[in-house]
Amino acid sequence: MRRYAGIAVALLFFAFSISIFIQLIPYDSYEGSAYHYKNPINGSVANESVPSHYIKETRNETGAVNAVTAIVVEYRGFDTLGEVTVLFTAATGVSFLLYQLHKKMQRREANLITKEGSKIVLPFALLTGAYIFIHGHLTPGGGFPGGSVIASGFLLMLLAYPKFFVNEKRLSYIESISGSIFVIIGLLGLLLATSFLQNFIPVGKPGYLFSAGIIPLIYIAIGFKVGSELSSIVQKLKEVEE
Amino acid sequence: MILVIIAWVMALLAIVAAIYAVETKDLLSSAIAMGIASLVVSIMFLVLQAPDVAITEASIGAALTMAVFVYAIGKTRRWEE
Repeated sequence: MRRYAGIAVALLFFAFSISIFIQLIPYDSYEGSAYHYKNPINGSVANESVPSHYIKETRNETGAVNAVTAIVVEYRGFDTLGEVTVLFTAATGVSFLLYQLHKKMQRREANLITKEGSKIVLPFALLTGAYIFIHGHLTPGGGFPGGSVIASGFLLMLLAYPKFFVNEKRLSYIESISGSIFVIIGLLGLLLATSFLQNFIPVGKPGYLFSAGIIPLIYIAIGFKVGSELSSIVQKLKEVEE
Repeated sequence: MILVIIAWVMALLAIVAAIYAVETKDLLSSAIAMGIASLVVSIMFLVLQAPDVAITEASIGAALTMAVFVYAIGKTRRWEE
């Protein structure tokens, strides 16, 4: 009985996703219904909804071409700080749970294709990850996807070579320094501008690499933090007790 | 039109992979089927004009989550009773 219920739920999901694609449910025309956007800085109320304000004004207000990044880092920056804290707590919990005094690495040899292929793929994975988080305000992506792409490059090396090992102390130093940079940039916003995590650097010309104020700086910090955290989680899982 | 065809194929693949991941007794194949399902779902995100979500889903859902499951299966046992 439960099996058929599960299949029915799966088929409902199928029908739902197909109905989005053939435009029974429109997904690109949402403009919101509450038409009173309140500016958080000067307190003025405009006759438009929050989504339409973000779509129209993001480029002028923050200088970021990618509106998703502008919302995640600038308008909702405090939420992102909470998200980074959740990931930090998860990584700490994994390393507590999997703590082993006498540890060794798994000794199973990988095959030739994995070994040689990982040597070729690893630099491109690192480069792609760095590109994704440095260009977070210009192209799709940002700190979280870029960091996880870097971590998947390390995962490939961990799978291919039984003795491959990243220094845990170095990883935790990178993680704590980049987390501190995030908070320090937020506090500088409190000091030099009006509120926590507010932009205090000139916005610049939208579309250029050096633009959008603090968004690239914060996303570079988040990229390093997420990459080191996820790498340390995967490495902890690889260790076996002696 | 081509998007609708891609959508049909991707949605069908996601459903088949998800049902296989639940039904099979081999936990390693189950983890790999889950990875396939999330890779396919990330292509659907890309078609739905959400490339940010698609990158995250492809790297976390298809690579890192699968690695966590594979290492966990390596520490326990492979076959479900």
